[in-house]
Amino acid sequence: MAADKIRIVYRTLDTKASGYWGLLAAFGLLALIGAGAAYTMEHAGHWITGMNNHIVWGTPHVFAVFLIVAASGALNVASVSSVFGRDMYKPLARLSGLLALCLLAGGLAALLLDLGRPDRLLVTMTNINPTSIFSWNVILYSGFFAIVTFYLWTMMDRSVGRFYKPAAMSAFIWRLILTTGTGSIFGFLVVREAYDAAIMAPLFIAMSLAFGKAIFMLVMLAAYTWTNRPLGTVVLTRLQRLTGIMVAATAYFLAIQHITGIYAAEHRAYEAWLLTGGTIYTSLFWLVGVGIGIVVPLVLLLHPQMGGNRVAIVGASIAVLVGGLAHIYVIIIGGQAFPMVLFPGMEVSSAVFDGVVAPYAPSLPEVLLGIGGIGVALLLLTMALGALRFLPESLADAVVAPNHVPTATDTSLEDGTDDASPNAVAAPAE
Amino acid sequence: MSDDRTNSETTRRDLLKVGAAAVAAGALAPGITLIAPAQARNPAEPASAKQRWGLLIDATKCVEGCTKCVTACNEEMGLPDHDRAATDPQYIRIVTVRDPETSYSKQLPVMCQHCENPPCVDVCPTTASFKRADGIVLVDRHRCIGCRYCMMACPYKARSFAHEVSTDQKPHNPRGKGCVESCTLCAHRVDAGRYPACVEICPTGAMLFGDLNDPDSAISRKVKEVSTATIRGDLGTKPGVRYVGL
Repeated sequence: MAADKIRIVYRTLDTKASGYWGLLAAFGLLALIGAGAAYTMEHAGHWITGMNNHIVWGTPHVFAVFLIVAASGALNVASVSSVFGRDMYKPLARLSGLLALCLLAGGLAALLLDLGRPDRLLVTMTNINPTSIFSWNVILYSGFFAIVTFYLWTMMDRSVGRFYKPAAMSAFIWRLILTTGTGSIFGFLVVREAYDAAIMAPLFIAMSLAFGKAIFMLVMLAAYTWTNRPLGTVVLTRLQRLTGIMVAATAYFLAIQHITGIYAAEHRAYEAWLLTGGTIYTSLFWLVGVGIGIVVPLVLLLHPQMGGNRVAIVGASIAVLVGGLAHIYVIIIGGQAFPMVLFPGMEVSSAVFDGVVAPYAPSLPEVLLGIGGIGVALLLLTMALGALRFLPESLADAVVAPNHVPTATDTSLEDGTDDASPNAVAAPAE
Repeated sequence: MSDDRTNSETTRRDLLKVGAAAVAAGALAPGITLIAPAQARNPAEPASAKQRWGLLIDATKCVEGCTKCVTACNEEMGLPDHDRAATDPQYIRIVTVRDPETSYSKQLPVMCQHCENPPCVDVCPTTASFKRADGIVLVDRHRCIGCRYCMMACPYKARSFAHEVSTDQKPHNPRGKGCVESCTLCAHRVDAGRYPACVEICPTGAMLFGDLNDPDSAISRKVKEVSTATIRGDLGTKPGVRYVGL
């Protein structure tokens, strides 16, 4: 019935506001600093970083993988609305798709600028190796950009609205495969004690959902608070609970991964070293990864008295991100630091770090390049929000969930584009 | 200069051992180092699958403290020494293996194992890592983008990343900054009908190079006679480098 239809009006950010330009300048500066760090590393060579022949992937990869994984998860809000029919999330779908694209772009920027020869990037397109998961990921990342861009187009242009459902389903399936591919970069490395586990793929999918939603909530809260747009409690609380479930899922897969490792004799040495070794990786895993990244958010996101509490949501989201970075750091760098087994059952030593924990300390250029990736993501996001109508004017409860409690899904927003709303602004900003 | 360093690190007793072993090796197996493994290949012809170049390393002959193969490799391939062990390139390294149950220990050289199923080739996103028809695993420096995925995948930690600008490069081993590199089995020498530098320098004849596809080659005869093994043979990589006394 027309009376039940949600009226969503999308509006760009006020590009004349000084705050908008301040954000652009701040994020642009981060991106520039990242570019400067990349130039320094490329010019001098990677020996000035903490990376070496034993820890070949360092802090830039931690940030890059984190952002790429989060990108896939950020799209989940759109998927929940269009694939699973949760209409309450539908007004957020555009932001969800946009954020996913921006995070992926930022992650790839950090990743590609760390290559030894980033100038040869095109070679990955001209010489594809069908057995390389990296090659698969080149296709998966490119495809993600194409599919999600088209998905956004179907949301914003009624002339292609008939493709909305197929685009949504394609994006949903594609991002699951994409994160599977990212996790499999590590899962397929049979020779490393820390990897060699099929569970890396679902673990990365769970992490992506937690990280992506945490970033989404932070962006949404910042955008609506700073622009004084109404933001109701209902949709926020739903997102809060959903993120909590994803954090719990991450904890579940992490637990299974490590319990399996403890059970298998060949991985036991690594698990003992990581979980009880007393190294920086042990501290990062337990204190930051588990303590800050899982326990704190679980309380803040799922405790009955925290529902809709914005301070709790912001705190939990930041905790998820900090803890997530720690988990990725432990997976990538800790996994390489642990000595590779050349001769099972024997002790080995050499002049080049055989049999010992490989040395690594993050260098300034690496950290700045990683942060530059975040800067790129946020810069692109801010520019896009100022240029096109991604953000609903209001996310007040009465707008997004007029029939809320207990039948929030009773709202009859039709599937497809926002044609259903008489006030919908479907066309891109001029 | 590097030889001096090697000598200074080697005790007189070790030197005597090395010398005696060298004499013995020269007397007992003169063909190993003095006869070329094959005729020089015409540069216009591609490598052939008729050959499967391999290396047999007798760990029982590898003398403690000797690093001559490492030094010879560094000189042959123009590898610099910046005194930065973590980032300096290393195509061969000497690994000491000790049995914790018995305290028995020995050393042996480890380099690219030139696998029949090389994980580095599988994971390379640009096909820069490749295996020649004759089994030698190489990196195409024009295609390598420096992603280092091959280094993550190599079970032998055999690859290095060119971390810095390299001067005084050898024409047969261009070392572009930002690319991955590793032992080439001295392909430039092999193609010219010569032995790899490490094989040639080994004072005890512990390293035997040849064509594993040729039943009459010294290496083929040897692997039939004695028990040999590969490092991490359980991984199914089928290395072209085999060891005696592992």
